[in-house]
Amino acid sequence: MQQRDDQDKSITGGRISRRNLLAGAAAASVVLVQTASGKAFQAALTASERGPEDPTKVPGVPPGTLGTRSPFEKLAKIYSDTSSRTPLQDLQGMITPSDLHYERHHGGVPAIDPAKHELVIHGMVDKPMVFTLADLKRFPSVSRIAFLECSGNYRGANDGKIRPQEICGLTSQSEWTGVKLSTLFREVGVNPKASWFLAEGGDAAVMTRSVPVHKGWDDAIIAYGQNGEAIRPEQGYPIRLFLPGWEGNANVKWLRRIELSDAPFMTREETSKYTEAVGGGKIRQFSFTMDARSVITFPSYPARVEKGWIEIRGIAWSGRGKVARVEVSTDAGKTWQHAALQEPVLDKAIAAFRYLWNWDGNPTEIMSRTVDETGYVQPFLKQLMAARGGNMGYHFNPVTAWYLQKDGQVLFKAT
Amino acid sequence: MFWLKARSMQGSTIKYIGTALVLVTVAFTGTSLKISRQHPGVLSADTLSHPAQFGFGRVATAAEIAALDIDVRPDGKGLPKGEGSATEGRAIYGLKCAGCHGATGTEGPNDRLVAGDTTRARRIRAIGNYWPYATTVFDYIRRAMPFNQPGSLTDQEVYSLTAFLLHANGLLAENAKLNAKTLPQIKMPARDKFVPDDRVDGPEIR
Repeated sequence: MQQRDDQDKSITGGRISRRNLLAGAAAASVVLVQTASGKAFQAALTASERGPEDPTKVPGVPPGTLGTRSPFEKLAKIYSDTSSRTPLQDLQGMITPSDLHYERHHGGVPAIDPAKHELVIHGMVDKPMVFTLADLKRFPSVSRIAFLECSGNYRGANDGKIRPQEICGLTSQSEWTGVKLSTLFREVGVNPKASWFLAEGGDAAVMTRSVPVHKGWDDAIIAYGQNGEAIRPEQGYPIRLFLPGWEGNANVKWLRRIELSDAPFMTREETSKYTEAVGGGKIRQFSFTMDARSVITFPSYPARVEKGWIEIRGIAWSGRGKVARVEVSTDAGKTWQHAALQEPVLDKAIAAFRYLWNWDGNPTEIMSRTVDETGYVQPFLKQLMAARGGNMGYHFNPVTAWYLQKDGQVLFKAT
Repeated sequence: MFWLKARSMQGSTIKYIGTALVLVTVAFTGTSLKISRQHPGVLSADTLSHPAQFGFGRVATAAEIAALDIDVRPDGKGLPKGEGSATEGRAIYGLKCAGCHGATGTEGPNDRLVAGDTTRARRIRAIGNYWPYATTVFDYIRRAMPFNQPGSLTDQEVYSLTAFLLHANGLLAENAKLNAKTLPQIKMPARDKFVPDDRVDGPEIR
């Protein structure tokens, strides 16, 4: 069912505008949209969104100040009170559009005036200093494409009706631009005895994490750019800490302070949160590195497929380095084949993979696993639980399987 | 003629347009670009002459640092003056915390603060059975709570609330004074459960 909107009325009123030019005499068009729960509904497009019946017979839209996504594309994050998830199954390539980057924050997204925002670096340094955003942009800059992932990023569903977005949608990838933290460390003169630094955000949670100093010297970035523009508010505007390959929470957003120290601070987020039971009554702490992972994003729930040629597609990444290879199984893990990796395959970054397969129409399970350049092989869920005393929790990166029913319905299956 | 030689670069392209303009695009690595320049006077990428310091930014004053530096370490470094007790904290808790954490700290709807009977329910991660350091309670309340009015409590109120929560978890006497000296001395039951990350690069699943 289509709703008549204001643009339609303006046509009947005889008024000429850019919008009703576009609206034309479009036939009723309907787009199927998937909701968070996987239900399909018919989304009504307005007349102007539908466009003319024959776009070659009407002048198109003139240039404007900002580009737009086609109204036929209904990309959306799924959100809760504290996080939102990237629609992995709807994306292509290796970059997450900035407005679809996952979010996780602990006191909401703060509204920060960049002209008033400063970064203070103090503690075990020769010279405690204050840097404005303009100061930070004067230093030599660096850009790199790298993934960011929340360490609490695994969900399953007994009925199989769960999408990649819901399973592991707290993973996204951007090109990040900023100044290396090592440059700032030299500027303030970090004391060689400093072993940790506290990173503190300027949000309502004034969120803090302790980070080993060696990561600051190695590859940490104070990032102010994301995919060619300023970092989005949801990602830490105007500056965030970016720690390639390390769990999302430690990449403190809205960064306002760094304090060098000779011990970790044992903040709430590194003690009561972001720690995981590993068996024997022990709780693992400061688990920074994100282990290698992959997920098939097509075919995945709620897709229905037909027998014949299917290009299996997915994404793979490792916080330990490059993805060395991705292996795909189409027989429930009995045999594995190498998937094709889309270049470039980058350090601590998501790589797209694909595997061309001719499905005979018989029910089967398909799955993928990443092998990274250190030799780590993405484990099955049962392996992972066995290694951690039967526990699940943070840093849970199991192989994800999809069950293809005879009727072509694709359902999630735990491994 | 001149040429540039790029080393240790991934995904870099070097394009020549005539002999005057050299575009060097390093899109995919965070490693610093190393260019060996064979001919002088040619525009190149950076960073052969990286100074020890750039002189950008300014020195932070002690007052500026003090205004921001609110963190508290397990050894008590950073704890302010003042003190409080569970008796005082109970009233504040009822007024400002119980709405989200429940009348006794066990009911929710938000995070459970009091462990209570941990033998009956799995996965309880309350202060009394999961938090390894008492100082974290003070630090977190002071910086982030109450959720709708963060940073609104006085140091004395934070000491009192911390005392109340430790008392409710059976870790502090009701009338005990909690201050910069006594708080770091409290040994939390979960302290020895915590182990550092032991995962390493390579095939082992941990």
